[in-house]
Amino acid sequence: MNKVNLITASGIGLLAVIVWIFNSALYTVGEVEQVVVTQFGKPVGEPIETAGLQYKIPFIQQVNPIEKRVLEWDGNPSDMPTKDKLYISVDLFARWRIIDPLQYFLRLRDERSAQSRLDDILGSETRNAIAKHELIEIIRTTKDRVPQRDELLSDAEKILNMGTLVPISKGRKVVENEIFHSAAEKVSVFGIELLDIRFKRINYNASVRPKIYDRMVSERRQIAERFLSEGHGEAARIRGNRERDLNKIQSEAYQQVEEIRGEADAIAAQIYSAAYNQSAEAVKFYEFTRTMSAFPVIVNDGTTLILSTESDMFKYLKTSSSEKN
Amino acid sequence: MPQVNENPPPPNPWQGKGAPPDLDKLATQFCKRAKKLLPGGSPSVFFILLLVFVIGAALWSAIYTVPSDSVAVVQRFGKYVDNVPPGLHFRFPFGIDTTQVVPIKRQLKQEFGFTTPNATDPMQSPRGNDAKRETQMVTGDLNAALVEWVVQYRISDPVKFLFEVREPSETLRYVSEAVMREVVGDRTVDEVITIGRQEIESEALLKMQATSSKYAMGISIDQVQLKNINPPEPVQESFNEVNQAQQEKEKLINEARRDYNKVIPLAEGEKDQRIREADGYRLKRINEAKGDTARFLALFAEYEKAPEVTRRRIYLETMQKVMPKVTTKFILDTESQGILPLLNLETKKVAGHE
Repeated sequence: MNKVNLITASGIGLLAVIVWIFNSALYTVGEVEQVVVTQFGKPVGEPIETAGLQYKIPFIQQVNPIEKRVLEWDGNPSDMPTKDKLYISVDLFARWRIIDPLQYFLRLRDERSAQSRLDDILGSETRNAIAKHELIEIIRTTKDRVPQRDELLSDAEKILNMGTLVPISKGRKVVENEIFHSAAEKVSVFGIELLDIRFKRINYNASVRPKIYDRMVSERRQIAERFLSEGHGEAARIRGNRERDLNKIQSEAYQQVEEIRGEADAIAAQIYSAAYNQSAEAVKFYEFTRTMSAFPVIVNDGTTLILSTESDMFKYLKTSSSEKN
Repeated sequence: MPQVNENPPPPNPWQGKGAPPDLDKLATQFCKRAKKLLPGGSPSVFFILLLVFVIGAALWSAIYTVPSDSVAVVQRFGKYVDNVPPGLHFRFPFGIDTTQVVPIKRQLKQEFGFTTPNATDPMQSPRGNDAKRETQMVTGDLNAALVEWVVQYRISDPVKFLFEVREPSETLRYVSEAVMREVVGDRTVDEVITIGRQEIESEALLKMQATSSKYAMGISIDQVQLKNINPPEPVQESFNEVNQAQQEKEKLINEARRDYNKVIPLAEGEKDQRIREADGYRLKRINEAKGDTARFLALFAEYEKAPEVTRRRIYLETMQKVMPKVTTKFILDTESQGILPLLNLETKKVAGHE
């Protein structure tokens, strides 16, 4: 029994030692990492970049895994002035990766110090770039973009020059590129490749904000006033139109009515004169009949007539002779 | 606590059963029992037990399931081997194979500026107190606006998703914010708040898709949806004022139009009325003239045949018609001087013709 136990114990011990040695000699390299092997703290050989099972000298050499994926750098939002002396809060992010693990390992050791180097370099490059440009240059991107306009709004805003974009000469992309290029150069000594940087947030600083809001409020107010006066103006115009159109219609009616009546009178006169004026006899006859037809109208109740016995009507009152005188 | 004194103290669980069991004894007892269990038992029983235990553990770590909305990415000794579809699968145990389950079919989303409660994905919602800061943007006319939006995405390539970028979801949040600000920065505040929403959505989507494919994150972005877009709190009231003024303007114009419409069509109608009346006058005048002349001509034709008689006849007929109406008639002889003698002969009304 004792003997068996001894064999068992030594067997387990041996196994444990073998496992221990293998554990120390073999190591895996993941898809997401690359490895620098160090011997007493000094890097040995080329960094291992292929994933899979690898071996090293046990106990003496150490494995230092280094990230192979693209890494992110998220800057802290920091306040800085632009060229036009506006304080803005700028928040950047960058993407980077370790392309020279050995260099990286020697210079920085770990990611924390890499991030802090990036903080320093990108922070100062951002400040430089922001200070060189006006705010609008880092807000806008496309130079020749023509903004859409609300059809309803356009009247007021065209005149106030609102709804237009502030012109730029460079734009956000160019400024980003400037920061990127000057920073990329500086970080390359750490074995780091800067892939790109982007502005994540650009905002007015808390101290600037009330002024911006005041400006926005006043801008809106003038649009509102503009609308009101446009409304009143347009209403007045319509009322003017009403007067004009009314007068036009009424006078046109008068004109046409008079023309028609005149024409009618003219035609009637023409008809009459054609009939009455055909001969001297006709004229005389017309005069006679017209007078005759006028008498019943002229002479009415209460008329006093003084007639002579000479008249045709009463000549026979005096004599029956048909001969006058 | 009066009961403490009345009852005996509870037995100490550590001392109650006397001395601790002898471990050696227990071990040998266990060995004996094991020997009994395995007929013809030998010292290798221990190894057999160990083997059984190891096999059990191996099986336990070799079996894994992949949910139906996911694939598993298998790495052997750290090296990528394959993607495994949903179902029950085996792998090499003891960390030789490692698997990572990636939900490629699930529609994922990220919210910016607001939080849907009880989200399972920690990347879905803004971090901490970032929500407000995420929304604040500067527009292309240097105004401020608060923009909330949602990005819908899926993991299209699990290998890239796992191995290309360390924090793909976090990076997507950064990209989304950067792109949204870029798009908003190119627009006026009116476009952002009212008229340009659709355009912003589509342009942001295109730019985010371009960036995410450039970054090779293994993410495909399906949709960008804008949620609330507001002017900043202190400015909101003045934006409302503009709306009100716009309504007021419409109202004023409509009222003036109402006045116009009340008068003008009526005047048009009246104009037509007067013209038609004039037309009527014209017809009447002409017809009357024609009638008059026709009558005259007819009569004249007869007159010309016997002028004297006709004239006298007409004269006398007319006089006959006229005279009865005349109340007072003086008929003077041409030889008498003045009308006085005749007046004396007559009393008022008696000389009436009747």
